[in-house]
Amino acid sequence: MNAFDEVAKNKLKSYLLMFLFALILIGLGYVFGMVYGGGNSFIIYSFMLIAFIISVLMALASYFWGDKAALEISKARPANRREHAHYINSVEGLAIAAQVPVPKIYVIPDQSINAFATGRDPEHASVAVTEGALKKLNRVELEGVIAHEMSHVKNYDMRLMTVTVILVGLIALLSDLFIRSMWFGGGRDGDNGKGNTVILLVGIALAILAPIVAELIKLAISRKREYAADASGAVLSRHPQGLADALKKIKKDSEETKLATKATAHLYFSNPFKKGSFSNLFSTHPPLDERIRKLEAM
Amino acid sequence: MIGEIMIEWIITIVVVVILLILILMYNRFVVLRNRIDNAWAQIDVQLKRRFDLIPNLVETVKGYAKHEKKVFTEVTKARTALMEAKTIPEKAKANNMLSETLKSLFAVAENYPKLEASENFRMLQEELSGTESKIAYSRQAYNDSVLSYNNGIQMFPGSVIAGMFSFKQRDFFKTEEKEAQPVKVQFE
Repeated sequence: MNAFDEVAKNKLKSYLLMFLFALILIGLGYVFGMVYGGGNSFIIYSFMLIAFIISVLMALASYFWGDKAALEISKARPANRREHAHYINSVEGLAIAAQVPVPKIYVIPDQSINAFATGRDPEHASVAVTEGALKKLNRVELEGVIAHEMSHVKNYDMRLMTVTVILVGLIALLSDLFIRSMWFGGGRDGDNGKGNTVILLVGIALAILAPIVAELIKLAISRKREYAADASGAVLSRHPQGLADALKKIKKDSEETKLATKATAHLYFSNPFKKGSFSNLFSTHPPLDERIRKLEAM
Repeated sequence: MIGEIMIEWIITIVVVVILLILILMYNRFVVLRNRIDNAWAQIDVQLKRRFDLIPNLVETVKGYAKHEKKVFTEVTKARTALMEAKTIPEKAKANNMLSETLKSLFAVAENYPKLEASENFRMLQEELSGTESKIAYSRQAYNDSVLSYNNGIQMFPGSVIAGMFSFKQRDFFKTEEKEAQPVKVQFE
């Protein structure tokens, strides 16, 4: 498959994802409406309408401001030429190789080795690398990491991944809210009989399931994508070993990326949470050993 | 009667489809060709940048290592050769020569610890090696673009359209194999 098909597919998937999230939200709106409004269809419809409006607004927000949110969450600040000359030069070089405009270049004040790319298209892209990576990786390794990120930029992976940051976050938040409200003020119309209890149970089940589904979507989106970006990154830098060496250093490094959150984890170059942590159960990244093996076989 | 109308329709559709394919392919070749020109402009930008950095570098090194005249003349000569090169193969050759002489300049610099320690020299070194790898990357982008363009106009049915509108093959920016890697600059 050539790169243009890949881009078209990623664009389509971004829109599909927004649509899917809208559906999930409207579904949640329906259940909320059922629970709070009993059988009153007006209340149900208004809940669904609100859910629809929220999902449209959030989809727009994630499309236009998802990158800013991701950078903000990770406390990234712009790189400057005096301090980070070789980092900036590497990004500029790889942008030339990838034939995309030079993205905005950021540094994340974190001592682990990590990086991410974000933005809705190559014209509005940002690349961020941790201070730890700038310190611990040599030039070839750093270029390997940046090449991986540039290929996310080039084939619109990052649009999909950025949109996911906000949409997944929102669903998690909403179902959290719902469950909490059930806990404290729920079941006011307790005497409405069995029908209500069933709806209530369904509501709770959905509120628990929705974030899990959202999480699974996030996984499906990011795991395969990392292998693909490793491969096309190696094509860009013409040097798979650099990237493989960087991954080896990450493996040895015990530092976790503290500035990563659950919502931004899948953006990162390598899993920000190290082994043994609970988040690994839903790992957004393929195992390092497997990535290294594939790169060294190139 | 109905048969005739059908045939007319079929012919019309076939003609329209062929025309559409023709237009699409033509436009695609134009895009690919423009991409080559753009990639070439990138190489030029980077070559120019390196070209501008060199006098500065030579001056800095001279400040610490006056006696290394041979290296200075070689670098300056290579720089002039690059300035005079016009065609793509000429530029490629001059560029390789300049890379070689810069390598020996940096090798010489290693014998002067004070020079190596100077902030100005380090920055120039970083800028030069950065530019060096940008040249390599822009050459790579250029060659990639040439490859997809050449493939496009040589394969059937693209070759027919390319022939009709005289899309000509482009040259690769060739480099000796050992030159494919940018100059390694130690700064640790």
